[in-house]
Formats: sequence, structure tokens, C-alpha cells
Amino acid sequence: MVKPDRLTDLECAVVVQDLTVAYKEKPVLWDIDLKIPKGVLLAIVGPNGAGKTTLLRSIMGMIKPAAGNVAIFGQSIAAKKRSIGYMPQRGTVDWDFPTDALDVVMMGRYGHIGWFKRPSVNDKKLSLEALDRVGMADFASRPLNQLSGGQQQRVFLARALVQDADLYFMDEPFVGVDAVTEQAIIELLKELRNQSKTVVVVHHDLQTLADYFDWVSLLNVRQIAYGSVADVLTPENLKITYGGRSSFLMHNPVIT
Amino acid sequence: MSIEQLSIIGLASLVSISCSLCGVYLVLRRLALISDAISHSILLGIVCSFFIVHDLNSPLLILGATLTGVLMVYLTEILVASKRLKKDASIGLVFPLFFSISVLLINLFAADIHLDQDSVLLGEIAFTPFRLLTIWGYNLGPASLWVMGGILVLNVVFISVFYKELKLTTFDHGLAAMLGFFPAYLHYAFMAMVSITAVGAFESVGVILVVALMIVPPATAYLLTNRLFPMMILSIVFGLASSLLGYSMAFYLNVSIAGSMAVMTGILFLLVFLFSPSQGLIMKFLTFQQQRILFSTNMLLIQLLEHEGTKTEKTENTVSNLIVHMKWTFKFANSIVSYALEKGFIQRHDDRLLLTSFGREKAKRVIVMDA
Repeated sequence: MVKPDRLTDLECAVVVQDLTVAYKEKPVLWDIDLKIPKGVLLAIVGPNGAGKTTLLRSIMGMIKPAAGNVAIFGQSIAAKKRSIGYMPQRGTVDWDFPTDALDVVMMGRYGHIGWFKRPSVNDKKLSLEALDRVGMADFASRPLNQLSGGQQQRVFLARALVQDADLYFMDEPFVGVDAVTEQAIIELLKELRNQSKTVVVVHHDLQTLADYFDWVSLLNVRQIAYGSVADVLTPENLKITYGGRSSFLMHNPVIT
Repeated sequence: MSIEQLSIIGLASLVSISCSLCGVYLVLRRLALISDAISHSILLGIVCSFFIVHDLNSPLLILGATLTGVLMVYLTEILVASKRLKKDASIGLVFPLFFSISVLLINLFAADIHLDQDSVLLGEIAFTPFRLLTIWGYNLGPASLWVMGGILVLNVVFISVFYKELKLTTFDHGLAAMLGFFPAYLHYAFMAMVSITAVGAFESVGVILVVALMIVPPATAYLLTNRLFPMMILSIVFGLASSLLGYSMAFYLNVSIAGSMAVMTGILFLLVFLFSPSQGLIMKFLTFQQQRILFSTNMLLIQLLEHEGTKTEKTENTVSNLIVHMKWTFKFANSIVSYALEKGFIQRHDDRLLLTSFGREKAKRVIVMDA
């Protein structure tokens, strides 16, 4: 596998240079350099408060960085918005909102639909297909507040799929889902990767890291290490990332 | 019914429909209290614009009022962004300031015009028929009807045009931002819409009751549906019903029309809260009672089955043991036993309870279902 510092900008889906993000003068992300090659499944791993979500959001232009540059496929974020698919954490929205699963999936099409126009028959068809891919076809007209946590997560994944992007950002897609759903989700992510799409995932479980992902970025405000899973996942790197607790983490399947 | 009454009812309907429509998105965006803050703040805009144009019927008053409404929202958001204050505290800080300044200004400079405290607080919908709109000498009927009608059209157009965008920014602000739908701009456009609606409603129902008309009908609708479009329609229905019933109540009791309308929104909410077929309190209570009886009966059958033919059967399978073992009250144990007897699950010999063959089958089925 190519070493990250050997990557040319042309091979990259995302190039982050010297990114620093601060809340009230306190740096949340400090001087991040990150070159994400096209067609990989990348995990961003780190303890709570490490800035994982902030990193995703600043790459997508939802947070204004204090310093640094982000390029998506060699262009500005604004120019490449259509090529990005985003699956936020489940808790960021109100699941009592009065609508059904299909309608939420359809929201993923809004970027393609544009202002003022209503979703077309084709948008509906694509959304139903996406629900089917995540095994939720029977739940299309189910109100949101009657979905379980795992079902909500699948709906969010379907919504990211219909964005029909080249680059996906997923914030903790495996949180609160059972083993079967986790398998279904990772199969889909691998399928996307095999279609040479780039998938960036905030992940928590060190045990599954090697099975699920090609590349990993260890993050704790700074980027501790970045590269292929085999190169990066060393006890020393984990110790720096998680402090003294890493030996415990490696032998415990449940990490939150 | 006289033409005066009709124009009051007409205005009340226009106000309540506009408020209910805005209110759906206020409730879903968790901005319910913003409507109260806006309705108080717009007074400052009305007063200031009045000092400029010296005409209470000038359209400039609506413009000025809308601007102060949006300005108030903007100031609260600056305070929130400073991270020194939370949202509720920021709202509570800004709008009383705006409102109190306008009260002082009215006291100082406008004591002789009709912007008096009573009409500010409760509106004066009863005067509707007497302020007429005349253009080039033609009498076009009550001016408020035209203004409020225009505001309603504006509301309907705004919500229809931005239906998809409003839904997305309300449900998922982050995705909306990423897809380039400018949720912040849409938020301010919506706040301007709420302000304009509050200005229109202000003249009829005053600053205090706007919040009731904006929030209670959507909250009532929310109890009955989990779809957005039906929620809007139901909200309008409840808004309209409140204004019509409120007007009738005010007429018969000879009390404030605005007050009656607001009371009616509350009464309708309470009725739905109690009697809604899906989520009503009474239905929930009945379902709970029903489930409790069925569940307890199953527990009784399993208890009888488990101890059937054992040495302890004589002591275990008794009514008195139910009270000790299951911690049921005497009354509840008896009611469950009577229910099981009635269904033919068990037979009773004084204190002892025996399964019928039907009851035995039932108990086995329950256990299999649980396993």
C-alpha cells in the first residue's frame, strides 16, 4: 500500500493542509495534514473529544477553520458539494419529526433536485431502492418515531446512499446497532469502496478496525498517526492517542 | 349576523390561519417562545415608525415592526454565539428590553393616541369594522381584513415555495447546510415571516395572545398526526375552530374576543390531549388497564401450571398465595381470578385454584411465546 506522504494530489479525494479549528481560542484540531486517496475505506479513530466530528465537519465546510486548507477532488468544497454524501450522528436530529422513513431518505436527493422543485418519480424510485439496499423496504411509510435506533441508522445510511456521491462521510454509523445491522452496514460500505468511492468513517471499535478498514487516522486534537491499518495500529501509537488506557482498549470489544 | 360581526369573524379567521401555519414550523423548530418574544418586540418597531410617519395606518409601520422582530432574533443569536448565555436566557434578556423601551416611549410621547396599554396587550379586534380602507374615494371595507389577508397569502406562498427547504432545514440543519440550502438565511426569512404575521395579529389580539394562536393549534395537531402536511391542515382547522368558537363565547358571555379565542385554543388542546384515539390520555389509560389484566392473567396461569402436580401445589395454587407471592392486593387478585374464571381458564374451590384443560393449553402457549 502507498505511504500517505507519497500520494500525489491527483490521486486524492481529499487533501487537508495545516487545518486548525478552535472554539473560543481553545484548539480542537491542531495542524492536521491529511491526504485521503480515492477508493479507500478510511477510519478516523480517537477518544471522546478528540475532534473527529469536527474534522469531518470542517472538511465538509460546515465549520470555518481558524487556519488551513481543504481541497475536495482538487477543488474547493463549494464546487464539489454534489460529490459529497454525509451521514451525521443519529442524535443530531429530532426523530419525533412528523414524517416517514421514505421522506427522510428522499432528503438525500434534495441536493440534486435543487431549490423550489419537488422530488420527482425517479427520486422516489431511487429512495425506495436505497431503503431496499439497507433492508428497510418494508418500513418506507413508517413514521420516524416508530423506528428503533438501528432502523433509524439504516434510514440515515440509505439517505447517504441516494446522495449518489463519490466521497462519503459517516459519523459513527455503528453506534447503537446490533451485530446483524453492523455487518449489513459494513458490507454496503465495502461495496461503495469497490465501486471506487471514498468512504471516511468515524469509528470507535479498535477490535474491528483491521477487518473493516484499509486506512486509519488516529486523532487526538493532533493527528497521531496516519496510514494503512497494519502500519498505524501499533501499541505505541494507541498509547499516545488514548493515553495510558490503550492496553485496556485493545482487549475490550466495547469502547464508547 | 351583521356585517360588523362578519368582518370581525373574518379577521379572526385570517389571523388564526396565518398564525397556525407559521406555528407548525415554530413548534417543530423548538422556537415556540420566539413567537412570544417577536410579538413583544415588534411594538418597538411600530412606535418608532409611528414617530417617523405620524400615521398609524401607514404600511411603514409593518415594515418597521418586522425589522425589529428580526433584529431581536439576531441579537439573541449574537448573545448565544458569545457562549456567555444560553438561548432561553438570551431571549428573556432581549425582548423585555425592546418591549419596555416601547412602553416608555408610548408613555412619554404618544399618550394621546390610541396606542394605549390595553390595546397593546389585548388588541382591539372589536374595532375592526370601523377602520375602513378607502382608495380614490371607493370604500373597500375594513382595512385590517386587507392587511391580514395579504399576510395570509404571503404565508401560504412562502411555505409552498420553500416547503421542501423548510422541511429539510427544520429536520436536519447540518445536511441542509452541506447541500447548500443556506439554513441560516432561510431561518431569518422565516423569522421575518413570523414577525410580519405577528404584526398583523398584534392589531387584533395584542402582544400576549399571539403566542397562544401560534403555538397551541400546531401543538394540538401534533398530538393527532405524524405527517407534516396533515399537521399543517389540522393546525389550520384547530386555529379556525378556536377563533369561531372563541368569538361565539365572547359574544354570549360579553367578554374579550381575543381572550376567548386564546382560551378556546387551550380547551381544544385539552380535549384532544384527553380523547385522541391514538395518543390520548384516556385511551392510553384504558389500553394500559387492559394490558395489565391480560398480563396478570397470563402470570396466574403460568404460576398454576408450574406448580401443578407438585408437592407444594396445595399452598402455591391458592388465592392467598397470589397476594403473598405476586404482591397483588386482595382486590386485584380477586378481579384477576374472576376474569380467569369467566374466560374458563380455571376452576375455584374456596381458596384453591385449578387449571381447566383449556387454561392449561393457554398457559403452555404463553410460555412458548415467551421463550
